[in-house]
Amino acid sequence: MKSNIITIMKKEFARFFKDRRMVFTTIFMPGILIYVMYSFMGQGLSALYSSGEDFIPQIYAENLPEAFSEMEGLPVEFITDTPKEEAMTLLEEEKGCHVVAVFPEDFTESVAAYEVSSGEEAPQVELYYKSTSTDSSTAYTMMQEILASYETSMVNKFDINQGEGPYDLASEQDMAGMMFSMMLPLLMMVFLFSGCMAIAPESIAGEKERGTIATLLVTPMKRSHLALGKIFSLSAIGLLSGLSSFIGTMLSLPKLMGGVEGVDAGVYQVGDYLLLLAVILSTALLLISLISIISAFAQNVKEATSWVTPLMIVVVVISITSMIDSFRASNNVMYLIPLYNSVQSMNGVFSFEPNVAAVVLTVVSNVVYTGICAGILTKMFGNERVVFSK
Amino acid sequence: MREILVVKDLKKTFRISAKQQKLERTKEKVKIAVNGLSFVSYEGEIFGLLGPNGAGKTTTLRMIATLIVPESGDVFVDGSSVCKEPDVVRSKIGFLTSELKLEEFFTPNYLFDFFGQLHGMEKSLVEQRKAKLFERFGITKFAEVKVSELSTGMKQKVSLVISIVHDPDIIIFDEPTNGLDVLTAKVVTDFLMELKNQGKTVIVSTHIFSLVEKICDRVGIIIDGTMALCDTLSNVTREKCLEDVFFDIYAERAGEAS
Repeated sequence: MKSNIITIMKKEFARFFKDRRMVFTTIFMPGILIYVMYSFMGQGLSALYSSGEDFIPQIYAENLPEAFSEMEGLPVEFITDTPKEEAMTLLEEEKGCHVVAVFPEDFTESVAAYEVSSGEEAPQVELYYKSTSTDSSTAYTMMQEILASYETSMVNKFDINQGEGPYDLASEQDMAGMMFSMMLPLLMMVFLFSGCMAIAPESIAGEKERGTIATLLVTPMKRSHLALGKIFSLSAIGLLSGLSSFIGTMLSLPKLMGGVEGVDAGVYQVGDYLLLLAVILSTALLLISLISIISAFAQNVKEATSWVTPLMIVVVVISITSMIDSFRASNNVMYLIPLYNSVQSMNGVFSFEPNVAAVVLTVVSNVVYTGICAGILTKMFGNERVVFSK
Repeated sequence: MREILVVKDLKKTFRISAKQQKLERTKEKVKIAVNGLSFVSYEGEIFGLLGPNGAGKTTTLRMIATLIVPESGDVFVDGSSVCKEPDVVRSKIGFLTSELKLEEFFTPNYLFDFFGQLHGMEKSLVEQRKAKLFERFGITKFAEVKVSELSTGMKQKVSLVISIVHDPDIIIFDEPTNGLDVLTAKVVTDFLMELKNQGKTVIVSTHIFSLVEKICDRVGIIIDGTMALCDTLSNVTREKCLEDVFFDIYAERAGEAS
């Protein structure tokens, strides 16, 4: 009779894998979508930066001091022969003027004569810009930087990090680890959850709604076998869906990061991936069990999906702990907390500090929680109010 | 004759939702669906449970099929208690009601194999049963057509065939001909007779007098969850036709109630 679990699993797999549309939307589409989306976002971001490099802001200046007009290699172009009013109109209408800079007439002299300790008002430079225009905003920031460095150069007493370097001791691997460990646990949990949510309500609440689960319940099969068969097969499918999104992310992340060197899937070893897989698989089991229980309570798929949403919020909130240092697991006992343990274990692996004991605790506790959930689901399958709730 | 199904003091109540209370204009929170019901069915007979809608027929059959648990009382199916050995009971019975649906995505062929496996049958035996039953009901041609694409009558035939995949000795049908066209209904009633001739015990629930008169050996009339009369069909219809007997009992009960 043990083989009934296998029989149920085979049926669930047949139901899923023979339905091409379902396979495409649940397994292939998430990965492809994420890859395409992140690649586009990456391109868009790098296009934004590269346009910044070619872009030479046009600064219409009144009373431009010689010190600026003679400065070489400035990333901006000064136009001095247009009256202020005309320049303001051009700026407002976004017609080639990015910033209007108005200097006091005797700027150089008054700056030289100004004493900070005098308490008097300092000479003022007015910069007019239009924050809704990206070019104008960029020009404004550049102009601020130019003025600030001019101000600094007048009282230059020391420099910071002007030598050969490197001063940042973080290696490329460290950078990659930091980025991955902050983002990926959250993304992975969300991907896994979406994968599980796409199939479990359909398989449990859907079967209930269509009256097919009662047909299974009149066979001599044990209710626990039905519960376990469902949980195992749905977890495997949920895992595949989550992995598809994960692969899409890993492949597109270098593009999203704008080609930062070292930020790609190759920074991790096979061992790291195996630990990850163990954590993800046990998490899929737990998520499927939780969603299955909620789905068994619901009368139809629609109701199940809306009831699962609060759980999704809980999962996201818990996943955010991977981004906040103060929420890190401080001892191994914390790896017994469901969902949190998965997030923290993944965080450890991604930040190149895999804690094998923590991963083992996470996997074992998740399996135990899944067992408890399977017990609850079994009881529910035996409850007439759950099976015939219409 | 051997007693193959013994129903003893079966009781089942349901909680009524506030909405339903308003609809039924009642303040009672509990509805008694089956109230101390007892009857016996003998091996090789067709037993008919006759009663109006809401009398408790479906609830009784669901309890026999172990889908719902009795509040008190018990049912013994070929000696096995539905309360203590529900798994064993399920392996001995075939249960069919219009509420039990088949997954529309699969083909009759796949589903027959699947349910055969769940009943722990050998593959060769499943194939043998499949060939025989599919042929008998004209399903062979549609064996590889998804259930969703079958006609209502064909779906019903497939459900019927799958409910008896394991060749059970006791077959329980809830309203076997409900919603079927005359042709399919005849196929089903003929098959029930055939099962009886093979020595199987058949329990049917219905509110159709003619069906009981046509196929049943014994009949139990259920009204308001209790057994009003239980006897052989010939005894029941000795003086009056079944319909008159039923309405006499019903009027008597209604008189008692008022």
